[in-house]
Amino acid sequence: MALLELSGISKSFGPIKALSDVDFAVGRGEIVGLMGDNGAGKSTMVKLIAGNFPPSAGRIVLDGEAVQFHRPVEAREKGIEVVYQDLAICNNLSAAANVFLGRELKRRVGPFRFLDHRAMTRRAAELFADLKSETRPGDLVHKMSGGQRQAVAIARTRLAAAKIVLMDEPTAAISIRQVSEVLDLIRRLRDQGIAVILISHRMPDVFSVCDRVVVLRRGRKVADKPIAHSTPEEVTALITGAKETA
Amino acid sequence: MAEPGRVPGLDLDNVGRASWWQRGLFASQSAYVSLALVAVVIGMSLASQNFLTAGNISNVAQNFSFIAIATLGITLVIITGGIDLSVGSVMCFAAIISAMTMTALSDGSIAPWLITTVDGKPAAAVPGLIVALSILAGLAVSLVIGLANGFAIARLGLSPFVTTLGMLSIVRGLCYVVTNGRGSFPSGPDADLFYAITAGRVGPLPMSFVYLVGLAIVMAIVLHHTAWGRHVFALGGNEKAAELTGVPVGRVKIQVYVLSALAAGLNGIIVSGWLGSAPANMANSYELNIIAAAVIGGANLAGGIGGPLGAIVGCILLEVIRNGLVLAQVSSYWQQTLVGCIIVLAVLVDRLRTRGP
Repeated sequence: MALLELSGISKSFGPIKALSDVDFAVGRGEIVGLMGDNGAGKSTMVKLIAGNFPPSAGRIVLDGEAVQFHRPVEAREKGIEVVYQDLAICNNLSAAANVFLGRELKRRVGPFRFLDHRAMTRRAAELFADLKSETRPGDLVHKMSGGQRQAVAIARTRLAAAKIVLMDEPTAAISIRQVSEVLDLIRRLRDQGIAVILISHRMPDVFSVCDRVVVLRRGRKVADKPIAHSTPEEVTALITGAKETA
Repeated sequence: MAEPGRVPGLDLDNVGRASWWQRGLFASQSAYVSLALVAVVIGMSLASQNFLTAGNISNVAQNFSFIAIATLGITLVIITGGIDLSVGSVMCFAAIISAMTMTALSDGSIAPWLITTVDGKPAAAVPGLIVALSILAGLAVSLVIGLANGFAIARLGLSPFVTTLGMLSIVRGLCYVVTNGRGSFPSGPDADLFYAITAGRVGPLPMSFVYLVGLAIVMAIVLHHTAWGRHVFALGGNEKAAELTGVPVGRVKIQVYVLSALAAGLNGIIVSGWLGSAPANMANSYELNIIAAAVIGGANLAGGIGGPLGAIVGCILLEVIRNGLVLAQVSSYWQQTLVGCIIVLAVLVDRLRTRGP
C-alpha cells in the first residue's frame, strides 16, 4: 500500500486550472522525482501535499487515512515535512533558532516555560554534523552561505519522525560538493523508510537518486515510470511536450 | 560530548569567530547609542554644573518615564515589522477614562456602596478599591483599542500604518467627545493614593521609573527566553517563514498590538497622575517622540531588531538632550530640529557600521 496517495486531484485558482485529474502515489522508502517546466503544476502539487490549501477536487490518503489539510502545521503533525524553495528562514535569528522555529524546546521553571537554549543548540549541532554542514548553531543566518542556509532548512525536517519529506529544488542554490551531500542525505532518509518527493530541474540529481520519475505538463501527469526504464532525453522530451506521453 | 556550538569532526579553520565587538549586544545599535548617551552626559556635565545634581537627575528620570513605558510597548510592535501610531491618543484616552471612573465612583454616581461617610466627609468603603477600579477601567479601554488594532491588522489584513493612523484620530476624537473637550482630573477620597502610586517616589526614585525598570526586565526575559518572544522576532524577520513553520502569526500580531496599547494606557495614567489632570489634548503627537525614541534606541522599522534596553536608552537620550538644551539656555524651538538630526544620525551610524568590513 502506498504511504501517500493522491487520486483525481484538481486545483483551480479562478480561471486557471493548475492541476487536472492527477493521480500520484509514493511508498515508504521511495524517492520520487517530480519534474515539469515552469507552470506545469509542480509548486501547486507541493503546496497541496504540504497543506497550504486543500484540492478543489480529489482525495488525499496518507497512511490509509483520508486527510484534508488547511494549514502547513496540520500536514506537519501528520509527518509531512517540507524544505521550501525559498527555505522559509528568518535572517535575524540564529541557525538553531531557525531549526526549532515553531517547535522550540522549552523547560519548565515554576509556572513558566522558558526556551531551553542549550538543548536546542546541542541538537542543532548534532543535526548539522549529520548533514556534514559547516554551520554553527549560534550564528545568525543572515551571514550564511547558500549551502549553510540549505542545511538549516533540511535540519528542520529531521526534528520529528517524518514519514514524507518534500524537497522543492533543494540543490538549486548550493555548491557542487554540497549537492552530492544533499543527495546522500536523501538516500539516507530513504534507507530509514522515509518517502522523499524531490522537485528538481536538475536532471542529473533526479537520475542519480530517484526510484521513479513523475512528469507534469500544463497541470496533467504525462509520465510516471521507474527511473531505470527512462532516460534524461525522454524526460526532457516529456517536459517540453516533444513527446506527448510515456 | 561536543561542546555546544562546535560541530564534531568538522574543521572550520577558514571560518573564524567574530570579534567580541561584532557579536551580540555589542554589535547592536543600542550599544552605540548607549556610548553616545555616555558621551552626551559627560559633555553636558562639563558644560553645566547643574546637570549632574541629584535634583536634575531625578528630574530627567521622571521626564523620560513620560514616554518610556509606551516605548517598550511600541518596540514589540516594531520588532514584528509593524507600527502603532495610536499610542499618543491611547495614553490620553486611558488617562481620561481612569480619571472619569474615579470621579464617578467617588461621587457615588456609579456603585454608591463604594463610598461611606467618615466624620461628615466622603471616604472609600474599601481603601484602594476605587483607585484599582479606575486604573483597570483605563487599561480596559486600552485593551479594547489594542484588540481593534490587532484584529484589523492580523485578521482583516489592513496595513498597520493606516489602521493605527485611523485609530489615532478615532481615539483622540473620543477624548474630546467624552469630556466635551475639557478633559478630566482624578478626584475623590482615593485621589491621594492615586497620586502616590503614579507620581510618588520610592526613596529617591520616581514611581514611573520603578514601573519602567520592572516592565523592561520582564520584557527582556520574555523576548529572549520564551517561545513567544522568539516568534515576535521571527515575524519581523520573515513573516512567511514564521507562518510556514507553524508560528501562530495572527495571534502573536494581535498580542503585540494589545501590549502596545496597554503600555501606552498605563503610561498615560501615570502621566495624568504627575500632571494632576487628564486634559483632552494630553500626549498630543507623543507617538512621534515614542517612535523616535524606539528607533534611536535601535529598533528597526523594517522589523526583526529591537529590545527594551534600546527603547530606554533612546528615551533617556532624547530627554537628556532636551534637558541639556534647557540648562544651556538654548531656545526650546531648537529641540525638535535636534531630535530629528539625532534620529537620522543614529540610523546612519548603524547603516555605515553594518556595511563596513
